[in-house]
Amino acid sequence: MAPLGLAIAMRHLLHRRRQTLTSLVGVSLGVAFFIGIASMMQGFQRDFVNRIIDAAPHITIKDEFRTPPPQPVFAAFPDAAVRLRGIKPKDEVRGLRGARALIDALEQMPGLHLAPTLAGQILLRFGAKDISGNVTGIVPDRERLVTKLERDLIAGSLDSLYTAANGIIIGEGIALKAGIGMDDMVSVIAPSGVLLRMKVVGIFRSGITLMDNYDTYVLMKKAQVLQNRPNVINRIRIRLDDVEQAADLARAIETRFGWRTESWQEQSSNILSIFVIQNAIMYSTVGAIVIVACFGIFNVISTVVFEKTKDIGILKSMGFRDADIRRIFVYEGLIVGIVGMLIGWALGYAIVEFMASLRFNLEGFVRAQGFVLYRTPKHYVLSGAMAIFASTFAAWLPARRASRLNPVDIVRGAA
Amino acid sequence: MSPAIEARGLTRILPGLVPVTLVEGIDLTVQAGEFIAITGPSGSGKSSLLYLLGLLDKPSSGTVRLQGLATEGLDGDQLADLRLARIGFVFQFHFLLPEFSAAENVAIPMRRLGAMPEKAIRARADELLEGLGLAEHRAKLPEQMSGGQRQRAAIARALANDPALILADEPTGNLDTASAHLVFQTLRGLARDQNRTIIVVTHDTELAATADRRLHLVDGRVVP
Repeated sequence: MAPLGLAIAMRHLLHRRRQTLTSLVGVSLGVAFFIGIASMMQGFQRDFVNRIIDAAPHITIKDEFRTPPPQPVFAAFPDAAVRLRGIKPKDEVRGLRGARALIDALEQMPGLHLAPTLAGQILLRFGAKDISGNVTGIVPDRERLVTKLERDLIAGSLDSLYTAANGIIIGEGIALKAGIGMDDMVSVIAPSGVLLRMKVVGIFRSGITLMDNYDTYVLMKKAQVLQNRPNVINRIRIRLDDVEQAADLARAIETRFGWRTESWQEQSSNILSIFVIQNAIMYSTVGAIVIVACFGIFNVISTVVFEKTKDIGILKSMGFRDADIRRIFVYEGLIVGIVGMLIGWALGYAIVEFMASLRFNLEGFVRAQGFVLYRTPKHYVLSGAMAIFASTFAAWLPARRASRLNPVDIVRGAA
Repeated sequence: MSPAIEARGLTRILPGLVPVTLVEGIDLTVQAGEFIAITGPSGSGKSSLLYLLGLLDKPSSGTVRLQGLATEGLDGDQLADLRLARIGFVFQFHFLLPEFSAAENVAIPMRRLGAMPEKAIRARADELLEGLGLAEHRAKLPEQMSGGQRQRAAIARALANDPALILADEPTGNLDTASAHLVFQTLRGLARDQNRTIIVVTHDTELAATADRRLHLVDGRVVP
């Protein structure tokens, strides 16, 4: 036999089936949508992050400074009011100066793999099609230490860059847009004016749309020729054994060497900040559903308290304490919360599995065949806790009112 | 042996801009097994006195001793525990919980007290209903019973925890003459046969005449 308060609560709810059902539907939908939406959004987000971590370097050192170096005149006259006009940037070949020493220093650090590169822009011409893109000059033996480019190749090989005279590896997006296939010859034009005829020796698919649609790879020496920057590198790409160290290590490298050093989080900060907004919208929306459901619970239990005023009076007169009365109505909220949570879990599971069964081509930040879902017990625990807390709180307010009713007023008919 | 209930200088004044005196200076001693009727015109303070004696309301001044136990200074929970174990209430309206059967209603105070196992509670509920002629109505919901049956079920519930004191506020007020007579006889029998103390508030002078003692109130005071 259930505890007395629970038994009374159950009877109250069962005698108001329609209102109880409405409250249950509200809580269940809140829980189910939370599970479904969280699974979908976190699925995409985690997939994106995993792909970024997998495909892109964890840290990139660039031939830039975060803040431009101060003009010497300001250092010479620190207390004077100095104004400079007509400042022109130096016309110099950009690149990471002292790269050899920098690489030697970095290589002393444990758990760190690096690859020097030269990155720039190109125009890729194939037939009548012109496609702008990024070109990265790489050393294949080093590149395979820091990215998974070799694994992402759907045609050709990384070592072909060594063997082909002018080899280039392009993203699948570029290949599809321009109709380029393996061994096709393409014209590559750099902003320096250099034009090279290059042979496609590889096509990669990273799954990250921006990379697949814009990135190309050539041998380092060819990139230096294209950009007319012999013996220059402008990026050092780093892969870490412990990816969690990326932000701290990037800061430390920048502090020590001065060059702008970006962790993968900083490089993807635009997208990651969109994820934060997405999450805020998701939690607000689902929270609103649960709050509406709680208003339903509040309404039902307030109605029950109103209708049951006489019962409360007699229960108190026969010796029920205030806490006993309060417990009855809190139980009602708790029951709605727990049952709603269980139904919501089942519904949420069904929604997730239904979404998982859908197959379609999706191209956003990442490319996928259908929804990318993240299944975790955390979603169930979080949504359940939210439902039970909100339901109990919604019930507690009318329950408190019920416990404070004066039995004398009730039996006199005044309450 | 202590009296079943003893009131001294019992006064209840409702505070407000114009304070209202419900009862004033009531002295009352009721022995175990006595059947007392409280009568008086409407607004004379009969029910107020009953609620004070039943520890539902707290007096503005004066004391109530229940079976020798002083009740002043007890908090709400302690008073609730005393009501649960020692006092049974019957009101003009039966106040049975509509979602529960007659037997379940009778079982509620016993389950709240928790002094018996569930099986014994059910057996006692059946026994009480049977004693009041409601054996075949034990599984019925209150809405399926007549007014007299409901009121007898309410008496059975008041007896559930074997209280020494039964307080009834116009228990026959909503009943036809035959049912009223039966309910009154039932209460009378509880005092006579089971040595319980019964205090009944009633307008019905004929029924009040059958009580061991009659207490007549006018304007909150006992008049001879």
